[in-house]
Amino acid sequence: MYWQEDKECMNRGELEQLQFERLQSTLNRVGTHVPFYRQKFSEMKLDYEGFNSLDDIRKLPFTLKQDLRDSYPYGLFAVPLREVVRLHSSSGTTGQATVVGYTKNDIRNWSDLVARILCAAGLTADDVIQIAFGYGLFTGGFGLHYGAERLGASVIPISAGNTKRQIQIMQDFKTTALVCTPSYALNIADVLFDMGINPAGLSLKFGLFGAEPWSEAMRQEINGKLGIQATDNYGLSEVMGPGVAGECRECNGLHINEDHFYVEILDPETLEPVEPGEVGELVITTLTKEAFPMIRYRTRDLTRFLPEPCPCGRTFKRMHRILGRTDDMLIIKGVNVFPTQIESVLFNIDGTEPHYRIIVERENHQDRATVMVEVKESLFSDQMSKQRELIDTIRKQLNSELGIGVAVKLVEEKTLERFEGKGQRVIDKREI
Amino acid sequence: MLRIRNLVSGYGKIKVLKNVSMHVDPGEIVTILGANGAGKTTLLSTIAGLVRANSGEAEFKSNNILKIKASAIPGLGCVMVPEGRQVFAAMTVEENLLLGGHAVQKQGRQVLKNLLEHQYELFPILRDRKNQLAGTLSGGEQQMLAMGRALMSKPSLVMMDEPSTGLAPLIVKEIFQIIVRLRDEGNTVLLVEQNAKAALGIADRGYVLETGKIIVQGPAEDLLANKDVQRAYLGREK
Repeated sequence: MYWQEDKECMNRGELEQLQFERLQSTLNRVGTHVPFYRQKFSEMKLDYEGFNSLDDIRKLPFTLKQDLRDSYPYGLFAVPLREVVRLHSSSGTTGQATVVGYTKNDIRNWSDLVARILCAAGLTADDVIQIAFGYGLFTGGFGLHYGAERLGASVIPISAGNTKRQIQIMQDFKTTALVCTPSYALNIADVLFDMGINPAGLSLKFGLFGAEPWSEAMRQEINGKLGIQATDNYGLSEVMGPGVAGECRECNGLHINEDHFYVEILDPETLEPVEPGEVGELVITTLTKEAFPMIRYRTRDLTRFLPEPCPCGRTFKRMHRILGRTDDMLIIKGVNVFPTQIESVLFNIDGTEPHYRIIVERENHQDRATVMVEVKESLFSDQMSKQRELIDTIRKQLNSELGIGVAVKLVEEKTLERFEGKGQRVIDKREI
Repeated sequence: MLRIRNLVSGYGKIKVLKNVSMHVDPGEIVTILGANGAGKTTLLSTIAGLVRANSGEAEFKSNNILKIKASAIPGLGCVMVPEGRQVFAAMTVEENLLLGGHAVQKQGRQVLKNLLEHQYELFPILRDRKNQLAGTLSGGEQQMLAMGRALMSKPSLVMMDEPSTGLAPLIVKEIFQIIVRLRDEGNTVLLVEQNAKAALGIADRGYVLETGKIIVQGPAEDLLANKDVQRAYLGREK
């Protein structure tokens, strides 16, 4: 099932021509309308008019999050404000906020791209979609909302939070698809269980989760607990919001909407392309954005291309689910560790709950990592030996996965704080 | 069908087109918009082989047309309806049409006759005037004759340079309806126009040329909503 088959199943040669044409007109526009790029291009003496293949994109400068902050609020806009019909802003949890804008055309393209992803996940106009992403300046809520309306589905714009009410509405309105962060999906599953509601009695069939990295093990957990098929989708406000890439029903990697975004995967150190199939940082150039074009935006997200063609028939390149972020990456005792690696191990061990924290501290110039994980209450009433056994299993498996020793602490169910939006599972107390 | 990459072209030392890339797929109406002097006609003339490209690539049905003589390009199925019609004033309407059909002449008299008949169906006024000298036709009729003459070679791509120039609004409407009909009959049209509103009204996609560079491109509805296009070419300042 496709939303825009002529694009999603495009012949690769035609796609490259289209990408090149769109890149050229984007460069012609940013080179004249965005002072930031105009200045950078002229400092580099960059002859972008002479580009004759997509590979020339490597001659272009990068755009960093810091550049967006320095241009706060409207410095990187390529059109006057009166042509902008919508503004969004990143949360600013990791520094000063940034602002992005959309023209009428941008909103229409965005809606179509999100509709593609919903369609690829199996949704149709018959679905009732509960959008439990926060509405507001965050792109998640409105991005999915417009896409779902474009698809023709019935949209419940409930926003995040108030989990009991979410469940009430899910039951009463016969929600068939849930849209939120994967951590909130788990939170909802737990509350369902506490309320004694059997998910089999709900109408829920699909879950579209994104806005934070999650693991395959977490998908299985969510699928099992809610009785749905969960798919992953990817986007970031700096280049548009949700709709950049999404999984089809094969659930094996995310198709990138390549007719609107040119993606590269680069070694974050050398900034050269990685070998095909190797992990690197995702770098995105927008090809159609009018209000807020981005040239080689460094996402800090780590992934790799999946080179094999997808049985679904889409010709767009696929990327692996996000493996982590270059700035999420913890360096513990000199070893690179991603929270998702720890998550995968925990979710595959019986007796643990899918809620955890990773605490990193430094004592006497030595890193020490502690993984706190919730376990079923019954375990605490059991003998101590059972607990010790579990701690031992977790420690050994983490050790073999990560290559470093970490401490493991079991905590009772529901003692760790739950998330309604993006989860913050790492607490780094080191002062470096 | 037509694929252009980084085309640089112009007259002598003057480069009118600076790295233009565009494509036309079968069955589409694609329009090129732009102000006077933006390079629209140069683009068509370069595709037709009338102006030599300095560099770049242009492929028409897998033929590198930058290496082919202008006189051989219509034989590949790519014809141009020039601006200002340029019909042969001293010849009759039918003689003008038959000239357009010289490429299919060897396919036999019947083929030629059918083609002629088809043009008369498309442009009934030409049948009424078939024995009249082309120079005596009105502007709109001459435009139709120029289109009919181009279609006589059964082209796969028709390039039209400013078909609306100097015509009354009602005639323009008729001409554009015929262009839509051509597309519906399976033809592919590359349309250069200053009348952006009319062109975007019938086109599937469009490109906007500004001083030899493409600054905006996309589906016609996107261009209609684009504020730059509106300001510059649709006469709307809001």
